[in-house]
Amino acid sequence: MSSSLTSLVTGEEASIVAIQADEVLRNRLMALGFRIGQRVRLVRRGAFSGPLQVRIGGTDIIIRGRDAARIEISRS
Amino acid sequence: MKRIALLGMPNTGKSTLFNRLSGATARVGNWPGITVSLLRARVLVGAAIAEVVDLPGIYDLHGYADDERIVRHFLETQPIDLAVVLVNANQLERQLFLTLQLQELGFPVLLVVNMIDESRRLGIRIDVEALARELGLTAVGVSAKYGEGHNELLRTMAQLLSAGPDGRREVPADVVRRLSADDALEMRVNEVLCRSVARPYLVPEQLSDRLDRFLMHPWFGIPFFFVAMFLVFSGVFFLGTPIQDLMKQGFASLASVALEPALADAPPMLRGFLMEGLYAGVATVTTFVPLIVLFFFFMALVEDSGYLSRAAFLMDALMARLGLDGRSFVMLLMGFGCNVPAIMGTRIMRSRALRLLSMMVIPFSLCSARLQVFLFLIAALFTARQAPLVLLSLYGISFLTAFVTALGLRHHRRFVSDESFVVELPPYRLPTLRQIWLRGWLEVRHFVQRATKIIVAGVILVWLLTHFPAGTVPASAETYAGMVGRALQPVLQPLGIDERLAVALIFGFVAKEVVIGSLAVIYGLEGDALSAHVAQVMTWPQAYSFMLFTLIYTPCLSTIASIRAESRSLRFTVAAVVWPLVLAWLVSFAFYQSVLFLGG
Repeated sequence: MSSSLTSLVTGEEASIVAIQADEVLRNRLMALGFRIGQRVRLVRRGAFSGPLQVRIGGTDIIIRGRDAARIEISRS
Repeated sequence: MKRIALLGMPNTGKSTLFNRLSGATARVGNWPGITVSLLRARVLVGAAIAEVVDLPGIYDLHGYADDERIVRHFLETQPIDLAVVLVNANQLERQLFLTLQLQELGFPVLLVVNMIDESRRLGIRIDVEALARELGLTAVGVSAKYGEGHNELLRTMAQLLSAGPDGRREVPADVVRRLSADDALEMRVNEVLCRSVARPYLVPEQLSDRLDRFLMHPWFGIPFFFVAMFLVFSGVFFLGTPIQDLMKQGFASLASVALEPALADAPPMLRGFLMEGLYAGVATVTTFVPLIVLFFFFMALVEDSGYLSRAAFLMDALMARLGLDGRSFVMLLMGFGCNVPAIMGTRIMRSRALRLLSMMVIPFSLCSARLQVFLFLIAALFTARQAPLVLLSLYGISFLTAFVTALGLRHHRRFVSDESFVVELPPYRLPTLRQIWLRGWLEVRHFVQRATKIIVAGVILVWLLTHFPAGTVPASAETYAGMVGRALQPVLQPLGIDERLAVALIFGFVAKEVVIGSLAVIYGLEGDALSAHVAQVMTWPQAYSFMLFTLIYTPCLSTIASIRAESRSLRFTVAAVVWPLVLAWLVSFAFYQSVLFLGG
């Protein structure tokens, strides 16, 4: 079962299975380390539906919910 | 002279390396065919001087943010002899991409693995030689922050430069089309890393994480942020005010002991021009330089520590509702130093709509030049206990006017963007004193260079306007300045701004640094004498109204020029000048008239 990155709870980890973004955002995400198969962990959520802080490998990234929704993950 | 381009992703310590190489001798260079300015420096590499160009940090060569376009355009038009690519040792798996892209384009590449001190602490072992061998290029490991590996880097750069051909290399045409598929590069990166990097299985919890649990707390994060900014400003005043007082005394005694006796026999007109014009104006402005210098050093500290990215995270929810994002907020903060670099900083945004909206609000940032004016007037008209609160209220209004402007414009079709907000969050780093010094010094020098020319010119012009036509009483209604001031009275009198202050405001349009200098010339006084006089001729509501107007109206000519250059739109630039002017009038009018009404 795959769901979006926004569905993670704080501290939870999952694998990226797909990135449904236009080319520009896709390139940006790739350059920051979002790649199929990579493990990603939700570190914290900003208050008032603020951005998410996620960790991929050695990099921390802040990403808005709207953009995070384009990243599909699998919990298995 | 051979040319070296410095490239790398954001947050790799590129500026730190550049500053270390250049030793703060960098100049803003202009490039044929490139409209933006890039930093460059002449550096002794081996036996010859080479030119090192600091290109903006970018994630890859495909991108369409202005920064990425600038780098691509530079590589396509300016021949280089060596591409020095900086990567963060802790993030090799994603950073090597840019290196491979450049290698693929045929550039002679020197890979610099930076922050090896940090990766050692994290237990990551990097075999730089193996990495170089696998990639088929030259590589060195350095810590730009502490200078580790610096000599080896210079040696390697010299070797590569002398190995290359003497003539200019060809530039690659159409960079985007020539890059091969990412997948192939990705496979290569993985292979290379397997053979050259050993990572510990579990990375222990870092100090950064512990700090973030408090500093990025959903409830305490934002209050703490404002406390931190308040501490920065208090620190500036605590350290700077005594120095400022000393300088005031110094200037006053220099005038009474040396200059006045020396000029005793000079014609009165010349003496007046030199003492009450040039000296009073320049001396008054100069006493604020220590405060500004300290301010830039503190800003460099905050910026290099990684805390600004946290501010972007904390404020993004609010900024999103204003049609902006966390980066716009960081630019607003940068604008507290000077609006010009903040306007240029919006280049990291890809969407033009978001850039334009950010550029519309940045000029409301209370920059260090405006700070000078406020410090002077607040010290003259308010008690020491009221002073911090008055200044804080002005910072509040600075944010408020920016937010209200964004709120009003966010639905306009020119400003609606679908820009994504995905940014890296670097770990906290304690910058070294040397780093802060170099960064701060660069800013300070830029500020002083800009300010001195404008101040001297402004002060001279104000003196001429307030002393001619010949035979009039200085600064009276019969002088040119008086005429201009009087002509503006119908507009400015309801704000409590008299003819003389109106003249100062006109010069503030050129640069806010001139405002206090022109007051000094208009009243023919400097330092404490000027403060005392201002306190007599102005009431506090008049002073506050004047400060509100100064805060909100058109920042300065340099900012306008930057907005024009960055937006490439005359219409937008006109709007960015007119709206703040209107808003300034409305706010000052509302304030002054309410006080008159309430106070009777």
